Amino acid sequence: MAKRIEAGGVTAWFGSFKAIDDIGLTIEPKQITALIGPSGCGKSTFIRTLNRMHEVVPGARMEGKVLLDGEDIYGPEFSATDVRRTIGMVFQRPNPFPTMSIRDNVAAGLRLNGVRRKAELDDAVERSLRLAALWDEVSHRLGRAAASLSGGQQQRLCIARAIAVEPDVLLMDEPCSALDPVSTLTIEDLMSDLKDQYTIVVVTHNMQQAARVSDVTAFFTIAGADEPGRLVEVGATSKIFTKPDDERTEAYITGRFG
Amino acid sequence: MTAVDPPALARSARRRRATRRADTAFRLVTLGSGLVVVVLIVAIGVFLFVHATPAFRKAGSSFFTEKAWFPDNSPARFGIAALAFGTVLSSIVALVLAVPVAVGSALFLTELAPRRLGRVVGYLLDLLAAVPSVVYGLWGIYYLVPRLKPVEQWLDRTVGFIPLFHSRAGIYGRSLFAASVVLAIMILPIIAAISREIFRQVPRADREAALALGATRWEAIRLAVLPYSRGGIVGAVMLGLGRALGETIAIAMVLAAAFKVDFHILEPGGNTIAANIATKFGLSGGAGRDALVASGLVLFAITLAVNVVARGVVYRTGLAAAEGKP
Repeated sequence: MAKRIEAGGVTAWFGSFKAIDDIGLTIEPKQITALIGPSGCGKSTFIRTLNRMHEVVPGARMEGKVLLDGEDIYGPEFSATDVRRTIGMVFQRPNPFPTMSIRDNVAAGLRLNGVRRKAELDDAVERSLRLAALWDEVSHRLGRAAASLSGGQQQRLCIARAIAVEPDVLLMDEPCSALDPVSTLTIEDLMSDLKDQYTIVVVTHNMQQAARVSDVTAFFTIAGADEPGRLVEVGATSKIFTKPDDERTEAYITGRFG
Repeated sequence: MTAVDPPALARSARRRRATRRADTAFRLVTLGSGLVVVVLIVAIGVFLFVHATPAFRKAGSSFFTEKAWFPDNSPARFGIAALAFGTVLSSIVALVLAVPVAVGSALFLTELAPRRLGRVVGYLLDLLAAVPSVVYGLWGIYYLVPRLKPVEQWLDRTVGFIPLFHSRAGIYGRSLFAASVVLAIMILPIIAAISREIFRQVPRADREAALALGATRWEAIRLAVLPYSRGGIVGAVMLGLGRALGETIAIAMVLAAAFKVDFHILEPGGNTIAANIATKFGLSGGAGRDALVASGLVLFAITLAVNVVARGVVYRTGLAAAEGKP
């Protein structure tokens, strides 16, 4: 079930380096929210605070609140693993488990949740692969290694793996940046299909992509090399790309920097 | 149109001839180094065969069944059975003891330990790998063997119904088991150090894939780290096994030499090919030395077989992964 994310005062560090400063952003369910901005502006760092993947990096820490339908995901009643089981993530480079079969990749999350019945796993695998628009290409070779798929197929497999556990939110960290244009369009179509069921947050370097797929766009930037990333403005994608309020946003989307 | 000034062309041609000469020299030097390796292998092989043949001829097929080692007697009575048995069994027991600890400590160092602690323990591990085996032998005989006795007695009391852990005479000490423990300690740092490097090679993306699905640390190790590292771990284990099979001096010091094929490894006595060569070589006549060379040839064959099998395993797991068969 799609849920709303409210992030407030999110500040994150890597060691002594402050990567993002005081980000506040509400992400509505059943929409695609795009995070855009120049390299190093902290959009990837921010998205990784939304499912507690930030803390995986040694020396990383954060302050602030992230609420999922009002519940604090950093609260004492949740562990990082609980949070990640309901907030799925797709990464920049397709990262299926290379030695596992296609079927086992999709089922991996369910097995972690303790699902053992073969029929239930098979159903979930088929449903997720259909939803990820990959079923027709792989249904006859589910036992083959994930590494035998093309890059675009691997990324759709990763999406299938993430949605197999029916998360509340799907985070996508530059999901198309390692893919060719045709695969990129396939993934974008898939995102539009998935937004009926999920809250989707996508980090992208590609402004056309943000304009094509997202409903809401948030623009991040940095003032200088050692400065933390900050959120400049957020609004309906159509507005951000036509008449943004902030001149830095305008400079970025018109290609004057970044 | 660009006109090339003839002297410039001549100069660059001269320069190219000079690099071509350097190329040729480089090719000859590398070819020479390659040939040295081939010559060495051939020389060792020829030596082993030339000296081993008379011994093989003298012993006939009994070379593979005879346990005793009296090559200089007349009639000579010697064979590889007890030595090969001791060599293989002590190495297997050492592997069983060392591999879980080695892989476990490597996992701890890469996955769980705080970074600074991991580094310190990593240095210690490398240091342990650098201790000469004669030191392990001394330590084994003066420190470890007496302290192993209670362990051996306890094993006998609790699982003594298995012959492997039973001493019929009720005496323990300089046994194949004690030798295996020393071997295990010697190969532990090698296997652990290589495993640690292999675990470090696991791409961050693989680990994060598991963590992002909500895997705990152990689940992430099981999902991402171990499958990726399987081939490398097999390689590390085989390197350890190679060292265990060939280990000479520590075994010669710890083990009370006896020529027997006996699974009661808690009882004192036993021998291995390498230890036997070291202890017997100075005392042997011509025939005795030829017999020792023959045993060396067998050891060479065993390690070769282990390497072939290991390569096969690594290749097959790699292949299975590529084809998606678990």
